Amino acid sequence: MLESTNKKRFKWGPYLFGGVAGMVLLAAFLGELHYSATEKFCISCHEMEANVYMEYKETAHYMNKSGVRAICTDCHLSQHLVQKVGRKVKAVNEVFQHFKGTINSREKFIEKRLHLAEKVWAEMKANDSRECRSCHSAKSMDYTKQSKRAMEQHIKGDDEKKTCIECHKGIAHKLPDMQTIDPSAVIGI
Amino acid sequence: MKRHTAKGLLILMGLVAMAMPAQAEELKSLRGSRDLAAGSEPPEINREISDDRPIPRNYVQQPPLIPHKTEGYRIDRNYNKCLSCHSWANYQQAKATKIPPTHFVGRDGKELANVSAARYFCTQCHVPQTDTRPLVENEFEPVKALK
Ligand code: HEC
Ligand code: HEC
Ligand code: HEC
Ligand code: HEC
Ligand code: HEC
Repeated sequence: MLESTNKKRFKWGPYLFGGVAGMVLLAAFLGELHYSATEKFCISCHEMEANVYMEYKETAHYMNKSGVRAICTDCHLSQHLVQKVGRKVKAVNEVFQHFKGTINSREKFIEKRLHLAEKVWAEMKANDSRECRSCHSAKSMDYTKQSKRAMEQHIKGDDEKKTCIECHKGIAHKLPDMQTIDPSAVIGI
Repeated sequence: MKRHTAKGLLILMGLVAMAMPAQAEELKSLRGSRDLAAGSEPPEINREISDDRPIPRNYVQQPPLIPHKTEGYRIDRNYNKCLSCHSWANYQQAKATKIPPTHFVGRDGKELANVSAARYFCTQCHVPQTDTRPLVENEFEPVKALK
């Protein structure tokens, strides 16, 4: 007797709702991951479009003889899901800074540029230029096909365990004031 | 009134007759008789030579020619790409020629601690080379001391 009154009918409703909502959220999340990894999204902020994008358009990663293009996310976003999501969490701060107007003029951007570049360099040095290597693998690079200067430096770089970004700063954008990085390569008096 | 018009007409006819032979001849511009509407042949695309040995100089004071590609090398007030290899701090690492002491002398002859602003824009004097044939023949011979 007691048993039968306790035996309530199994309620599918909440589970069904939870399941569907979960699927919608997952789809939205993957969709967001996908959309926010497009060039269109990156340059939808005026800050990016007017500064780094315009400069990148003059470089070999935008247009070259082979017609293979590297877009923003190829260099700035990991292909691994965990790191990808980690980077997105950091990007929340960037959206916040956008609305605060931290770099909403060319002048403000240039003032902050060294700080921003240093963050990218530190990250790339720490991960052994992982994003560069997702396209340029040192293993499949034929040094003998390269220019003499490239070949010599790449062999030397391998020996000294140097990573790409240590020698290849400013490949996609103009550089910030480098006075503190290399005082021998900036204008003196 | 009528006489005037007739006279004018006569003079005009005379002028036209005089201009006729000239008009029959082909128009000639300073560049010779060329079909201007046909457009010109595009010039050959010049490609910068990628690395080579230093190029021999023709006279002692000559700014040496650049024996490597310089495409995309930016020189602005923030940074000088050339100096990232040719400065005294970097030349050994880059295995490049270091800039000579003359490049540290200012306009007023004063010795400076860093590259003189007058020498900062390297490509004013040093130029990269392409693989094209010279447009005109050149019989310049370097001085005996450099041969
Ligand atoms: C999406 C793939 C991709 C990624 C990621 C990438 N590259 Fe490239 N890179 C290319 C292609 C394609 C070229 C042009 C090859 C050609 O000239 O045909 C190139 C050219 C270059 C060149 C020679 C031209 C120049 O600009 O001087 C360098 C140096 C270079 N990459 C370094 C890097 C570094 C450093 C990174 C990481 C910050 C990186 N690349 C990331 C694809 C990529
Ligand atoms: C020790 C310094 C150094 C390191 C480390 C280094 N490079 Fe380079 N790289 C050079 C130099 C010097 C050149 C030739 C100069 C130039 O093209 O401006 C060059 C040229 C290149 C080129 C163009 C080759 C050509 O023949 O035009 C590519 C592509 C490139 N590097 C990619 C990379 C990648 C990817 C990495 C990391 C795996 C890397 N480099 C690490 C110094 C370095
Ligand atoms: C080939 C790789 C590559 C591509 C493609 C690329 N970047 Fe960068 N980016 C870098 C590197 C390397 C730095 C570090 C600073 C430097 O060396 O110029 C950087 C720095 C930055 C910075 C910091 C400010 C600065 O200039 O240093 C921003 C913002 C940025 N990139 C945004 C973008 C956007 C937006 C795009 C697409 C339009 C893009 N990047 C495409 C490699 C790349
Ligand atoms: C990646 C390093 C690097 C960069 C950047 C670079 N050079 Fe060089 N340069 C060299 C090397 C190495 C040599 C030695 C010649 C060789 O073996 O290819 C050289 C040779 C030269 C020479 C010939 C010197 C002689 O004694 O004949 C001149 C001139 C020169 N470079 C000027 C420039 C200028 C101007 C720029 C900037 C537009 C520049 N270089 C950028 C590495 C570099
Ligand atoms: C006003 C013209 C001028 C400018 C600008 C200039 N140079 Fe020179 N450079 C010369 C002349 C002339 C020589 C040869 C005579 C001498 O040594 O002064 C020379 C010599 C050199 C040499 C060969 C040194 C050697 O020991 O054989 C190098 C390397 C060089 N310059 C690099 C540079 C670089 C890098 C820059 C930019 C920072 C630059 N030059 C700017 C005129 C110039």
